[in-house]
Amino acid sequence: MSFLEHNLKTVPTGFRKILHLNWPIVLLLMAICTVGFIMLYSVAGGSLRPWADPQIKRFALGMSLMLIIAMVPIWFWRNMAGVAYLGSLLLLVMVELFGAVGMGAQRWIDLGFMRLQPSELTKVTLVMILAAYYDWLGVGKVSRPIWVIIPLLLILIPTALVLRQPDLGTAILLVTGGGIIMFLAGVSWYYFGAVIAIATGIVAAVFRTRGTEWQFLKDYQYRRIDTFLDPSSDPLGAGYHITQSKIALGSGGFSGRGFMQGTQSRLNFLPEKHTDFIFTTLAEEFGFIGAFSLLTLYLLVLVFCAASAFSNKDRFASLLTLGVAATFFLFFAVNMSMVMGLAPVVGVPLPLVSYGGSAMLVLLVAFGLVQSAHVHRPR
Amino acid sequence: MRRSAKDTDSSAKGITRRGLVLGGIQLAFAGVLAARMRYLGIEQASEFRLLAEENRINIHLLPPARGLIFDREGRPIAGNEPNYRVVIRREDARDLDQVMNRLQPLIGLDEDNMERIRRELRRAGPSVPVTIADRLSWEDLSKVAVNTPSLPGVTPDVGLSRHYPLDKDFAHVVGYVGPVSDYDLSRIEDQDPLLQIPKFQIGKSGAEAKLEAQLRGSAGTTRVEVNAGGRIMRELSREEGRPGDNIQLTVDAALQNYVQARLEGGLSAAAVVMDTETGDILAAGSAPTFDPNKFVRGISVADYAALTENPYRPLAGKAVQGLYPPGSTFKMVTALAALEEGIITPDDTVRCLGHVEVSGRRFHCWKRAGHGTMDLYGSLQQSCDVYYYDIAQRVGIEKISEMARRLGFGYKFDLPMSAVAEGLAPTKEWKLARRGEDWLIGDTLNASIGQGFVLASPLQLSVMTARLATGREIIPRLVKSINGVEQNIRGGESLNINENNLRQIRRAMYGVSNTRRGTAYRSRIVEDEYRMSGKTGTSQVSNRVVRNSEVPWVQRDHALFVGFAPFDDPKISVSVVVEHGGGGSAAAAPVARDIILQALYGGEPPLSAYPSSEQPRIEQIRRGLQVRDPEDFELGRTRA
Repeated sequence: MSFLEHNLKTVPTGFRKILHLNWPIVLLLMAICTVGFIMLYSVAGGSLRPWADPQIKRFALGMSLMLIIAMVPIWFWRNMAGVAYLGSLLLLVMVELFGAVGMGAQRWIDLGFMRLQPSELTKVTLVMILAAYYDWLGVGKVSRPIWVIIPLLLILIPTALVLRQPDLGTAILLVTGGGIIMFLAGVSWYYFGAVIAIATGIVAAVFRTRGTEWQFLKDYQYRRIDTFLDPSSDPLGAGYHITQSKIALGSGGFSGRGFMQGTQSRLNFLPEKHTDFIFTTLAEEFGFIGAFSLLTLYLLVLVFCAASAFSNKDRFASLLTLGVAATFFLFFAVNMSMVMGLAPVVGVPLPLVSYGGSAMLVLLVAFGLVQSAHVHRPR
Repeated sequence: MRRSAKDTDSSAKGITRRGLVLGGIQLAFAGVLAARMRYLGIEQASEFRLLAEENRINIHLLPPARGLIFDREGRPIAGNEPNYRVVIRREDARDLDQVMNRLQPLIGLDEDNMERIRRELRRAGPSVPVTIADRLSWEDLSKVAVNTPSLPGVTPDVGLSRHYPLDKDFAHVVGYVGPVSDYDLSRIEDQDPLLQIPKFQIGKSGAEAKLEAQLRGSAGTTRVEVNAGGRIMRELSREEGRPGDNIQLTVDAALQNYVQARLEGGLSAAAVVMDTETGDILAAGSAPTFDPNKFVRGISVADYAALTENPYRPLAGKAVQGLYPPGSTFKMVTALAALEEGIITPDDTVRCLGHVEVSGRRFHCWKRAGHGTMDLYGSLQQSCDVYYYDIAQRVGIEKISEMARRLGFGYKFDLPMSAVAEGLAPTKEWKLARRGEDWLIGDTLNASIGQGFVLASPLQLSVMTARLATGREIIPRLVKSINGVEQNIRGGESLNINENNLRQIRRAMYGVSNTRRGTAYRSRIVEDEYRMSGKTGTSQVSNRVVRNSEVPWVQRDHALFVGFAPFDDPKISVSVVVEHGGGGSAAAAPVARDIILQALYGGEPPLSAYPSSEQPRIEQIRRGLQVRDPEDFELGRTRA
């Protein structure tokens, strides 16, 4: 029994819970999704089909799910963390066995009414299990090696399964997101320092040995890195996406070309214009102002999440809230970096804006948990 | 495990501390993102905009060549011809007004055109080409080409435009294409980027519209690098589109040409010729007709008004759209229903006194004096109405309608032509549901001679004739092959009608056009191999007793004829409807006979196929016909 359950008397009950939702977050999420609808409408050449209309329907479904989850006490969700985590692992294995092959990678299971991407689901269940783990573990034990290895395994098992698909973007998100929760839970700085030092060492080794007999990577892998560092060297190959999206951002200027005036969206410059690269259209049509506003909306979500987490005395609740916020941050940070040429192209969508059902539903479910934590916080 | 309040407090503090550190890192990263946005969008904007305008990769759509349409012999019916035009892209023309003003005197654009172009430019996307002028002469195109350095964004271009070498002949079958309109865009759920190209041609009617999916093909793209002036510097890559499928129709262009020419003699008429073996539609004529090429080029208001205001409705494809009371051509249906039900035998007789009285109403035979004693053979041969009034009362409307549907009435055949009509084989339920009235015995009497509620298209009449001639379920077919892949022939199963009964009907139909008392005896074929069986029909449009010549055109009777030949080994079936043409034997039967002979001979038949008394008339008709030279069909082939 944790601290929380001693302080139930003041937790709101019944429909009064709705009044205690974290309304700023709800409104911010709606605003971000609306930006998504507008952009999907624009990239379809001014049409609700084929993207905006299904996206709006999924948004309605996701919002309902979020409210339902928010109404259920947070301790129920904590008790479900283990089941949810094992369930998502099972789905990942199933996708390995029966999953349909889409976009060259085995990623989803066809449920008939929708295509489920278990890797998306894992992003939430991993946050849940880690938060529950550190809630259970005594604060004094978090940095002992044996208690560090367990969460590492919890992170690396789904990561390995996701990498097999192969889905590099999700794998990065899982590892980083999991690491962040370990960091928040108070795992000693030394561990993180060591990891960073080793990673730096490997990168250095990779580059220093290039051209020698013991080079770490194959030649073509080095060439890919080169292309990333200087996209203009291969304007029609690997650098094509990056060059085109940079040009789009650049031609947007300060205030953009205007709604529905982007050339990228109209002429299929980018094959992923409605998913991972939707930010380019936003930047092209609404310019720096539009792009910066979206970034601000995202940051405001983080601020309200942090405020909710810091004021919450329950360890599970605050770790969960911060974990969801961190995952959300990773989503848009990786996507924007990739589109603006700061990071290599890995498949990560712009959260709540890119077209895609699983990602949107899972994020709204995650925010449902955040809301539940907020509603049922000890007072 | 129980936790003390102190323990939770220190935990919450720890999380908050680490959370603030993390928040700091996140904020810093967000700062980097914002800085990058600023760098790309503002500081470097001029450079990127220069990059975008000066030496940029553009994607241009390559419209596919529309699929060609051929007749069954491979003669072209619809092809594509080169179209010299000048297009402009807004994003490449820096100063639109200046460019337009320079262009105006070069190719002589009037103010209306200038206004239209400006309007289209405002609406189209920045990189979508807008047509300034098309169907230019080579000289005009050259003038623009020479001046391109001072006309940024303007490109001389060769596109393809639809051309119908046989102009009027297939206006109703193949239809025509036209530039895609806003209405089309709002109606079609189609994401094809091709439709965004202004003036892109899509099928508007007939097979061109119904087979649009096959004919259009898909767009290719080319990536080109263009300079500041919009000039194409080099092509980086090219992905060819897929041209539309070529479609071969079952029609015979030479026969269609003859049918169309022969029908033009009447004011408003339609005919359908079918192969009784396969159901192939060999010709489907509708007169008067129009030139579909006018629609492709954009028809003038005056020309269009002339077409819509013409009382003979040239725009309607009457062969499949027109619905007429079938009149006496329906009598085979009534007779066959009675025979199949065992209600009559071919030898049973009815006395025709010129009329019968049923429930207080008098129903007349067309021959007021009466036909005397009639059996099945005589009743069809001389088209006695009273005989059918009598047997219809005993068979009942339900059985008659059921037989009508078995023979192809009241069914919308699946053909790629515009507005294929369903027609009507009425039943008691239909009348109650649609009119809210009970079926009267008089309705049955009217229906028995193809009047009243019964309605059929010339196509359905031809199908009925083919089914009677073969006893099999013949289903009309218009598409012979797509890209060389032969299309299935559907139907062909037995109709399960007693062959003896069918034989009685066919014998009587032979009598109609080969015996002295037959209503179409004057239109007989005397060449033994090709003798024709048939049935005349004269369907009343208005209830009256005066002669046709004494009433206005629209009140005159429709003249109909259905027939098949050769009588003993049917190869083709034909139906002819001459709207308000008077009597079927005088106005429709000769047309049907000429079409049958033309089809069986595969060209102009010798005069010896006609009875000697008719030969002078035939020669006179031939002189008046405007039939295409056989070489004309081949001309199109070389061009296409």
